[in-house]
Amino acid sequence: MEQPTHIISALVEHRPGVLQRVAGLFTRRGFNIDSITVGESETTGLARMTIIAHGDQKVLEQITKQLNKLVDVIKVRDLNPESTVKRELCLIKVHAPSESVRAEVIQYAGIFRGRIIDVSGEALTVEITGDSDKIDALIDLLKGFGIKELARTGPTAMSRGMKTI
Amino acid sequence: MKGGQAIIKSLIDQGADIVFGYPGGQLLPLYDMIYDSDLKHILVRHEQCAAHAADGYARASGKVGVCIATSGPGATNLVTGIATAYMDSAPVVAIAGQVPTHLIGNDAFQEVDMIGITMPITKHNFQATDAEEIPSMVKSGFEIAITGRPGPVVIDLPKDIQEQEMENYNDNPMDLPGYKPTKKGNPRQIKRAAKAINESLKPVILAGGGVIIANASKELQKLSNLINAPVTTTLLGKGSFPEDHESSMGMLGMHGRKVANLTVDESDCLIAIGCRFSDRTTGKIDEFAPNAKIVHIDVDPAEIGKNVEVDVPIVGDAKIVLQDLIKMLEKQEANPTTSSWIKKIHEFKNSCIPRISFENDVPLKPQQVIKEISLAADEDTILTTDVGQNQMWMAHYFNTRNPRKFISSGGLGTMGFGFPAAIGAKVAMPESDVVAVCGDGGFLMVCQDLATVKEYDIPVVVCVLDNRHLGMVAQWQKLFYDERMSHTHLGEVPDFVKLAESFGVRAERIEKPGQTREALENAFKSGEPTLLDIVIDPDEILPMVPPGCGLTEIVGEYKVEREHPGEITYNNPAGKTSGEGD
Repeated sequence: MEQPTHIISALVEHRPGVLQRVAGLFTRRGFNIDSITVGESETTGLARMTIIAHGDQKVLEQITKQLNKLVDVIKVRDLNPESTVKRELCLIKVHAPSESVRAEVIQYAGIFRGRIIDVSGEALTVEITGDSDKIDALIDLLKGFGIKELARTGPTAMSRGMKTI
Repeated sequence: MKGGQAIIKSLIDQGADIVFGYPGGQLLPLYDMIYDSDLKHILVRHEQCAAHAADGYARASGKVGVCIATSGPGATNLVTGIATAYMDSAPVVAIAGQVPTHLIGNDAFQEVDMIGITMPITKHNFQATDAEEIPSMVKSGFEIAITGRPGPVVIDLPKDIQEQEMENYNDNPMDLPGYKPTKKGNPRQIKRAAKAINESLKPVILAGGGVIIANASKELQKLSNLINAPVTTTLLGKGSFPEDHESSMGMLGMHGRKVANLTVDESDCLIAIGCRFSDRTTGKIDEFAPNAKIVHIDVDPAEIGKNVEVDVPIVGDAKIVLQDLIKMLEKQEANPTTSSWIKKIHEFKNSCIPRISFENDVPLKPQQVIKEISLAADEDTILTTDVGQNQMWMAHYFNTRNPRKFISSGGLGTMGFGFPAAIGAKVAMPESDVVAVCGDGGFLMVCQDLATVKEYDIPVVVCVLDNRHLGMVAQWQKLFYDERMSHTHLGEVPDFVKLAESFGVRAERIEKPGQTREALENAFKSGEPTLLDIVIDPDEILPMVPPGCGLTEIVGEYKVEREHPGEITYNNPAGKTSGEGD
């Protein structure tokens, strides 16, 4: 059975080693981690992590409790997917040796509100942000041309409205 | 003041009057400063023993134990001891030397990533990058180690930081916004617990190490009396409730007493306090306490619901929660209908009395040895154990009467723990007799520290239960692997008496009933470190619940001997209770 996916947002101390503590916790406890993103938060000295993991309710509860136990972790929330904005950045380098292919790729990128951020005689690099499904869809479309390189950040997320953690 | 001096001053300020350590290249500056300081230092003969000794010190005293080792191999030798303390929630602060900051990351001589290595086995760890940080770091390290659910803390200390001159000595605790252990239980949940207890006809209390850590033994006894509930403990909970009390059922679980396993199986309300429902305690989870509502009190929220589904969760310090719970229960009349339950418990107990008289058996039976240890011990005697059959015989047959008197590696199951832990316990509590009960396998892993007890005149008594086998592994091979005894026979060497004597430690070989008690009493009187090589029957095995089975599926039945039940009074000199010893 497919395990439900969870979006966990954690406010942590912005210090070296904290990412290792969090990632190591997942490995050690046997939790499945799909992606983890981290960057500075609105408060100096604190960083926000977005962790995408899957598992049943019991696994989720253990994940959040174990994360909370880490001294460097200040707050942990399981975000409700319905009221959460979630975005991922993806860069896709597409093989585009001819004028017609380039035109087609540019057109697709436009439909997906992506941008071309690099062009050469042989390749185009598309930048796209959105939720994971949208990015998957664009990748599927571009596969036919030959994707030379692909880099995804994994989603980062926060609650809609005034709610914060 | 230099960084190293700041470490020493901070340790002393935090009440660490003694440290267990082993010097090395990256600790030369610190050790040079210790030379002129008031910090008492015990030089162990292996860093693993420093960590276990600090752990034994912590568990016997309730204070933080401190160990020190140099970088690289010295630090990694601490790792087993740190992991042991982590699994059993013991407050240990380990200080590890580190290569100078400009060499970190270069694979310098004796460099190891101690922070990375110890991340999964510590409550927290720090690396000092400036001497000015040290006082706050040590203070916060102690605070983290001992508050909430205790655990080990590592402080990694580069060589140049030890020598760095600092301008200010500032020991304000570090700002740790993510660290706020919950002490007081949620009143609504406590009310729910009181209701569940009042509605139950067959309540049972399961007490874990958390009761001892929280110094909540008095409250536990009060609760048991108030609600008329029998008490069983985990291995680490031994001593939280007097095991010679008529409501005590001894230890639960794989190697627990049959009465405890049967009682929990039948209970309709299990009040678990400060325990984590380890697989060794519960047996097959699906068959654990099948009819019981479970109330779980623990200071660590992550323990609640981790292994066992809980009906009433209460996060908080065991002492504070129990006080609140007792207050609430006292307002209500205690449930009188539990008296038939207590009667049934006593019947269970009588039907589970094992044979405990082995007075004529040669080779000696371990049960007889433990009976004699019981007779020689008083209620202040501290017993430490190693891991394996020796540990489980002690857990099973020795009635511990007070908290902090039974010290054993439960979670990690560390062979070689018992002897160094006894060193730490004796240093912490010099007035108490301290006995380490070890197997021959485990003792051989740490026997070099006989030099330490001789050198510092630490009069612990080591009882080596000598069966020339890795007894517990051999037991499993006998029971579950068709008696294919793969590499569990230890051979006939060494001669433990000569080994001890070569270290200058007095020693004696015990082969007959009666000799253990006498030798122990003489050892206590002598005030000298002593080793007793107690030759026991290698074929004796323990009753146990096979792995993956429910708690009632005990194999290796007790040898029942009921002709003289009145004689069952061992470890109970006052002779006040009967039916003990199951």
